[in-house]
Amino acid sequence: MSANTLLAAEKVEKRFSGVVAVDGIDLAIAENEFFALLGPSGCGKTTLLRMIAGFETPTAGHLTLDGKDITTVPPNRRPVNLMFQSYALFPHMSVEANVAYGLEAEGRPRDEIRRRVGEVLELTVLGELAKRRPHELSGGQRQRVALARALVKKPRLLLLDEPLSALDRRLREQMQLELKRMRHEVGITFVVVTHDQEEALVMADRIAVLDRGRIAQLGSPRDLYDRPENRFTARFLGQMNFLEGRLGPDGLTVDGLGLVRGVRPAGATDATSIGCAAFRPERVEIGDVATAGNSLSGTVEAIAYHGNSQSLIVRLDGAGGTRIAVSRSSTAADVRPVASGEAVRLTVPPEHVRLLAGGPDTSAAASAEADAH
Amino acid sequence: MSAARPSMTRRVLKVHLVVVYAFLYVPIAVLVLLSFNRAGLPTVWTGFSLDWYVKLASAGPILSAAKNSIIVAVGATLISTILGTMLAFGLERGRPSGLLEASLVAPMIIPDIVMAIALLTFYTMLQATLGLFTIIIAHAVFNIAFVAAVVRARLKNFDFSLIEASADLGAGPIRTFVRVVLPQILPGVVAAGLLAFTLSFDEFIIAYFTAGPGSASTTLPMQIYAMIRFGVTPEINALATVVLAVSVFALIVAQRLEPRAVR
Amino acid sequence: MTSPRLSRTILMAPGLGWLALFLLVPCLLVFFNAFYERGIYGGVDYDAFTTENFARLIDPLYVEVFLGSARIALITTVLAVLIGYPAAYAITLASPGAQTRLLILAMLPFWTNYLIRTYAWMVLLNRTGLINAGLIDAGVITEPLPLLYNEFAVILGLVYSYVPFVILAAYASLARLDRSLIEASADLGASGARTFLKVVLPLTLPGVAAGSVFVFVLSIGNFITPDLLGGGHVQMLGNLIYDQFLTARDWPFGAALSMLLIAVMMVLLFTQAVVVHRASARSGGRA
Repeated sequence: MSANTLLAAEKVEKRFSGVVAVDGIDLAIAENEFFALLGPSGCGKTTLLRMIAGFETPTAGHLTLDGKDITTVPPNRRPVNLMFQSYALFPHMSVEANVAYGLEAEGRPRDEIRRRVGEVLELTVLGELAKRRPHELSGGQRQRVALARALVKKPRLLLLDEPLSALDRRLREQMQLELKRMRHEVGITFVVVTHDQEEALVMADRIAVLDRGRIAQLGSPRDLYDRPENRFTARFLGQMNFLEGRLGPDGLTVDGLGLVRGVRPAGATDATSIGCAAFRPERVEIGDVATAGNSLSGTVEAIAYHGNSQSLIVRLDGAGGTRIAVSRSSTAADVRPVASGEAVRLTVPPEHVRLLAGGPDTSAAASAEADAH
Repeated sequence: MSAARPSMTRRVLKVHLVVVYAFLYVPIAVLVLLSFNRAGLPTVWTGFSLDWYVKLASAGPILSAAKNSIIVAVGATLISTILGTMLAFGLERGRPSGLLEASLVAPMIIPDIVMAIALLTFYTMLQATLGLFTIIIAHAVFNIAFVAAVVRARLKNFDFSLIEASADLGAGPIRTFVRVVLPQILPGVVAAGLLAFTLSFDEFIIAYFTAGPGSASTTLPMQIYAMIRFGVTPEINALATVVLAVSVFALIVAQRLEPRAVR
Repeated sequence: MTSPRLSRTILMAPGLGWLALFLLVPCLLVFFNAFYERGIYGGVDYDAFTTENFARLIDPLYVEVFLGSARIALITTVLAVLIGYPAAYAITLASPGAQTRLLILAMLPFWTNYLIRTYAWMVLLNRTGLINAGLIDAGVITEPLPLLYNEFAVILGLVYSYVPFVILAAYASLARLDRSLIEASADLGASGARTFLKVVLPLTLPGVAAGSVFVFVLSIGNFITPDLLGGGHVQMLGNLIYDQFLTARDWPFGAALSMLLIAVMMVLLFTQAVVVHRASARSGGRA
């Protein structure tokens, strides 16, 4: 545990009448960090969040904040605040009264309350709406009130439960950056729970990917995206192509394709096993480009135009006819036109291929979840 | 649907509805009207008068029965509103079992006469002194179930995360209840309380069995029963009108507060 | 807050405890009392176990009262449904705002004092009451009709008291009915009457049936209406129970009669539930 660790979880476990929701999680969140707990529904991220907030007590393990054990401290005595997914704004109180509520509960003097409420309303651009009731606000405004109400308490840690899920797409993208800005301004540690990988990638400094109550992988957005260590992470974040085969010392042997070379995650030990080669659509190049690349061939089945990019579905000649996605810029000058039905050669540089152990069915639930997004 | 038929059917149904409402309200209207008739006779209108109400106000037994009824209704309402609201909260915070649900319906569907004799038997076994107190306990039984049902309906729209939000912001249970929960549910609770009051105020059978001998704990419905067994009098008309007015007033207020409660 | 189960228990314990102590225990006591002999000075003799009280239920004297009151309760139920169901149907045809007002108007009498509603009919039906006086004035009759203190008056009073209940039950069923089913039936060429008989009635009958069971039980166990409007000439099961406790002071037999009333209610509710369950299983729909 490093010196600036704010919140630490040690072997935290939660069972609900026998069913394991959180399965022995170890975690250290640093001060001033924007941390994301990412995973599909049912992965335990919300339960973990509720234990940090104090609404659930771990069945086993400990939670410490600033080195003090808070495992059984009730929610109203923790310097931790939660921004609820539903926002949970008090419907009978004005924006101002909602924000002041937490300070009144602390018994702060009237002047201080007025000053701090004013400050936070300014920060969240709510000044003009201070007298309104929650039902008179738009979704985005409500979200900001919920944030203001939690921020005004100056918590050591702010928890955000699916903070943007109730907003429409455009507003969501805008708020992702807004949240980042506000976090920077107030200097409070944020822990966000989300099922939206894009949200986590955009906002967080570090992400913990959760799968069935355990941490599948923890790292920076770039780590997780470029260097996934297991199928679950590979599949859950962004779009990924998979080739199934047998792992050997030199690479992955795929039926009808031969050897696919790539990079094994650090610390991978199992010499030979069932495994896969995972690579991003944007890492595939059309034509024989790199001399040391993995060479593939196939037939273009479909082409989709996305404005700034173009994606192809290519059915491979080997690998049992596996379909892979290829994405390329549609604006670059050297883009060679490709037609549907055309036979193409593809190259995948080995440094962009991850060789991962395990069979394809281990994370069926995760793939279903990832497909939904 | 064909064009001619439904309109014919609809017309018949409309007439039927008017007749049904007439059936429901004419007897009550006649009763109220006669209470203002100077002669008190049903046949001839001899002029508007409040004589029968004045007579009522000076009738000792009626006044003491009215006082008893108010004591009973207030007592039963207080107990049942508090316990019923707590019960509703407990129920809505979890998933009540079928047995639990059934035990809450039971007090409302069990025939009054059975509840009356059961309580009489129970009190007798305990050698309890029958009186207003035993009536209050009895009335609280069906009112607890009733208040719980009304408040539960209200709580269906209550966002329980508000309670967590309040705790998260540093409020203790009391502040949370007073500042967050109570303002949200108060209309429903008051409506339930008013309805509980009318139920208790008008209840006759159970009170009759659990009041004990003597006139000390005679409630208004018991007094009315004793009077109407001897036939129709103008005083009863006036008394009945007052009792109806109390119920209707409470019902209208309750309806305003909680539109679903009266049904 | 940290232990939801504990806080739930604390919230529910007083209310449930009250119901257990003052409803469940007394009812169990009545059940047990039905198996003992009456004491010499009233009360219950707990030294003398007997099933005699239940045997007495099939005494022709009591069977006759039971069947008589069942007949009255049945007539009441049928009439209340015949009056209440079409009224509820008529309410559903009004605009949504009007529906609420009409429903409240129908329920208002149900919430007022039962004795007073019954008394209102005494005012109308007695020998010098409004109806007799009016008919004599109009020259239709010369002698007052015996409208009060007979079976007719009892049934009228019961129907009057329970029609709102049927309206509410029928309205609840009708309001739940998916309007598109009616439109679909009409679209398929069915007449209004056919749509009603084949679609509306089968789908709303279960709710009405449940309401009917309560009307029947409330009627058969009634003692106020037979007493006030029947003038002692009409005996219901409720009057029998009343007599055992307050007049004859044979509590064990009264207890057995009460158990009979509860049994009637349970059997009817159970039958209704089974029939509804079968019907919905057959049609594959929700009742």
